[in-house]
Amino acid sequence: MARYDLHINGKEQAVESSDAGKPLLYVLRELKLTATKFGCGLGQCGACTVLIDGAAVRSCRTSVENVKGKPIVTLEGLGTPDNPHPLQTAFIKEQVPQCGYCTSGMIMSAAALLSTNNKPSETDIRSALDGNLCRCGIHTRVLRAVMAASGQGG
Amino acid sequence: MNAPVKNPRFSRRAILKGGAITVGFAVAGLPTRVRAQGAASAARTLDPKEVDSFLAVNGDGTVTLYCGKVDLGQGLRISIPQIAAEELGIGIDKIKFIEGDTALTPDQGRTSGSTGIQRGGMQIRHAAATARKALIDLAAQRLNAKPEDLIASGGEVKPKTGGAGVSFANLIGGRQFDLKLDAKAPLKDPATYTIVGKALARPDVPEKCFGTHVYVHDFAVPDMLHARVIRPAAVGAKLISVDESSIREIPGAKVVRVKDLLAVVANDEWSAIRASRALRAQWSEWAGLPVQANLAATLRADPDIVDETLVNKGNPAAQRPDGAKVVTATYYWPMQSHASIGPSCAVADVRADSATVWTASQGTHGNQSTFARFLGLPKDKVRLIYLEGSGCYGMNGHEDAAADAAILSRATGRPVRVQWTREDELGWDPKGPPQLIGISGSVTPDGRIFDWRTELWIPKTTRGMPNIPLLAPEAAGLDHVPGLNPGLISQNGDPSYAAESIQVVAHWLKDAPLRPAPIRSPGKPANCFAVESFVDELAAAIGADPVEFRLRGLKDPRAIEVIKRTAALMNWQSRPYQVASTANGVVRGRGISFVHYKHSETYVGMGMEVAVDRASGHISVERVACAHDCGQIINPDGVRGQVEGSILQTISRVLMEEVRFDRSRVTSVDWSSYPILRFSGVPRIDIDLIDRPTQPPLGAGEAACAAVGAALANAVHDATGVRLRTVPFTPDRVKSVLSGKA
Repeated sequence: MARYDLHINGKEQAVESSDAGKPLLYVLRELKLTATKFGCGLGQCGACTVLIDGAAVRSCRTSVENVKGKPIVTLEGLGTPDNPHPLQTAFIKEQVPQCGYCTSGMIMSAAALLSTNNKPSETDIRSALDGNLCRCGIHTRVLRAVMAASGQGG
Repeated sequence: MNAPVKNPRFSRRAILKGGAITVGFAVAGLPTRVRAQGAASAARTLDPKEVDSFLAVNGDGTVTLYCGKVDLGQGLRISIPQIAAEELGIGIDKIKFIEGDTALTPDQGRTSGSTGIQRGGMQIRHAAATARKALIDLAAQRLNAKPEDLIASGGEVKPKTGGAGVSFANLIGGRQFDLKLDAKAPLKDPATYTIVGKALARPDVPEKCFGTHVYVHDFAVPDMLHARVIRPAAVGAKLISVDESSIREIPGAKVVRVKDLLAVVANDEWSAIRASRALRAQWSEWAGLPVQANLAATLRADPDIVDETLVNKGNPAAQRPDGAKVVTATYYWPMQSHASIGPSCAVADVRADSATVWTASQGTHGNQSTFARFLGLPKDKVRLIYLEGSGCYGMNGHEDAAADAAILSRATGRPVRVQWTREDELGWDPKGPPQLIGISGSVTPDGRIFDWRTELWIPKTTRGMPNIPLLAPEAAGLDHVPGLNPGLISQNGDPSYAAESIQVVAHWLKDAPLRPAPIRSPGKPANCFAVESFVDELAAAIGADPVEFRLRGLKDPRAIEVIKRTAALMNWQSRPYQVASTANGVVRGRGISFVHYKHSETYVGMGMEVAVDRASGHISVERVACAHDCGQIINPDGVRGQVEGSILQTISRVLMEEVRFDRSRVTSVDWSSYPILRFSGVPRIDIDLIDRPTQPPLGAGEAACAAVGAALANAVHDATGVRLRTVPFTPDRVKSVLSGKA
C-alpha cells in the first residue's frame, strides 16, 4: 500500500492504494464524494469532470499518483447550499437537470471555462462543453444558465 | 455536504398481514428522500382501489403521498404533489412524496408510455378528491355545519363564509380513511386552481446541482461486494472455461460463476474493475446475427411473417379518380440504444427467505414477480425499491443490472452492487428494434389524400410478457419467461388526415436481431417519420404547400391549432417545395410535421429549419418550432423540459444513431462508435405550450419525439430536393442520396 497525500476541496486528505494507476474517480467516490459520476471510463463523456489546478479534467482517466499535492475541486467543493457557486445558483434557477447524471460534470466544465473567460460567448460555452454529453436534452438550459452565471442575459 | 450514505441499516422485514404489509427498517445518516422512505413504516394497504394506498394525513399536519410511478428526471416529484395538494386543499410544502417501492406504494403500472400524469396522476387526483370529500364530511359533523357550506383549504376545513375551521390533522391525522377511491367524488373547478398550472421548482434540482442527490449508483449497504459481470464474447456464446488464477494477484477479488453468468466480485470497486479486465475466460464461437448491411431486406424476406390488418377504414376498392398522382416509398429506422449517460447499476441483498433490490427500474412493481420467479421466492418476499439512475428513456440495462446483482447476491451470500461498463450499456442494453415501413397512396388533383396503405415489418410483442427477458436469469439457467417486448410499436402507422381509404398492415416478425425493448415513444418516431414524410411526398406531387395540404385533411380543432401555431412560430410563408439548387455549398430549407399521439393523446406540431452542406453532407438543424397541446398542464416548466428533451434526443437519433454489429456482437460500444448529439449540434428551440385547463392532462414525455424525424426530413427535402428515407441522416448517407446513389 502506497500513501498519497491529496488536496481535495481545500482539505488535506491522505489515501492509500496498492495501485498507483487507480483513477481519481474511484478515490473520490470511496471518500463519499459521489457527485463525481462514472459515465464511460474512457474520457469521452465528461460525467466525471473535476477541477485540477483549476482546469477541467476527466477523473476516470487521471491516476491518483498524478494528482498528488495538486488542488482538486469536486462539485461538493465548488459550492454549498449556504454558499453556492454562481453556476449552481443559475442551474437551479433555470431548472437545468432532468435525470441530472451529467450535471456535475457540466457544472465543473463550465466552472473551468468561467475561471479563464468570465464573459464567454454562446459559442465559447458550446465549445467548452462539447465534450460533456447529455441524453435528457438539457443543452439549451445549460447555455442559458452559464450565460446567467457570467452575468449575461437571464 | 457530500452525500454520506453511511451505514444505512435496512432490516428487511416485510410481513404480510391480511393484505397489509408491515415494513420496518432503521436508517441512519441517509439523505432526506431515502430517509423519508425508510421512516414510512406504518401498516399499509397497497390496493389501488383504496384511498389509504395513495395518501396518509399525518399527525403533524403533513400529507404523505405514495406513488407507484417514479420520477426519472421528468418531474413527478413536483407535479404529482401539485395535483394532490390542489385537490386536497393543502399547501404543497406539506406534501411528502414516496415513489416506486413495492412494500410502500400501490402498483400503478410502469412509468412508461407517457402515463405518469395522465394515468398515475389522475388516480392520485381521485384519491385526493375522495379524501377531501371525507374530510369535509368529518368536519361537518365536528362543526355542526352542512358539507356544502364548508371548504378545504390550507390544510383545514372551514366555513366558506369565514370563521374557525378544523385541521386535517385534527380530523384524521395518523388514522386511515378506509375508503374506496370514488371516481365520482367532486373534482375542483380548474378555474379555482392555485397550485396546478404553476411552474413550481422540482425538489431534486438543488440536490442534483450540489451533488447530494443519491442515485442508485451512489447507494451502498454495509458488507456490500462490488461486482462486474463479464458478458460473453458473442451474443449467444456459452462459457467454456474460466481461469481463476488470472485474477490471483488482485486483493480480495473472486470469480463467481452461475452456469453462463460470469462475474468477479471484490470489496472495492477498483479491484472489481481490475479483476474484470484481468480475468481470462473462454467462450464458445457464435455468429448468429444477420448481416447488418442487408438487414432491411432480411426483415422483408423473413419466412415466418404473420400478417395482420391493424387499420381498415373506408373503401380500399374505390376507383382512383382521373389525374390522381400515385406515390410509393419505403422508410427504415435502425436499431438504437437508450444510450444512458451512466451505465446501469443496482444493489441487491438476497437472503434465504427474502430479497431487497434497489433499482432504477421504471417498473418496480412489474418486476416483483419476475424477480420472485428466478430467485424462487414468494412474490411478497421480494421488495424492489426505486432509486433514481441515469435517465433510461424506456427499458435500458437497469433491470438487467438488478437481476445481475440479485443472482450474485444469492451466490455470494452478501449484498452486491453491480455497475455496468460503457461497453456493457451500449452493447447489451435491449435495443429499440429495426422498423421497415412501406407506404403507398394517391392524391387527387384538388389536393386531397385519396387512398393510403402502410405496411410495417416489425417484431411482434409476445402476449402476456411481464417484462422483457433479462440477461442474468437466462445466462444462469434460472426460471424466466422468454419472448419479445418492444412496446406498442405499431401505433400511428396511419395518418390523421381524411382519405377515401386507409389501411395499415403489420407483417409481424417472430424475432428481432438483438433483444428488443421499449425505447422512448416506442415505434412512433419511426412510424410518424414515415407517415409525415409521405404526407409531404403527396403534397409535393401536386405542388401543394405542406401546411395548407395538412389543414385541408383535418377537422379536429386541436389538431388544426397546433399546426397553425407551429406555422406562426416559423413565420411560415405559403409555397410549394422550392426548386433546390444543385450547386455545391450550403442550402437551407424548412419542414413541418404533425402528430396526434396514439390518435388519442397529445397534439404536436413540429417545424424545423435546416442547413445542408451539399459538399460534406452535413445537416445542421438551426431552428426548431413546436406547438404542443397536452390538455391540462400541471407544471408548464416540467412540460417544457420534456418537450425540449424529446426534440433534442430525437434529433440525435435521427441524425446520428444506429447500433452497429457484426455477426457475433454489437460493435458500437463507446461514444465514438455510437455518437450522440453534442452542444455543437443543438439548435434554437421555440416552444408554444397550449394549456387546456378543462381538458384531461395527457402525456408530455414522448409525443414530441414522434414528430421530429419527418419535420427534419421534410426540411432537408425543401433544401436539397432529395428525400431521406433511411435513418440516421449521416453525412455519408446524405452525400450518397444527393449524388443519386441511394
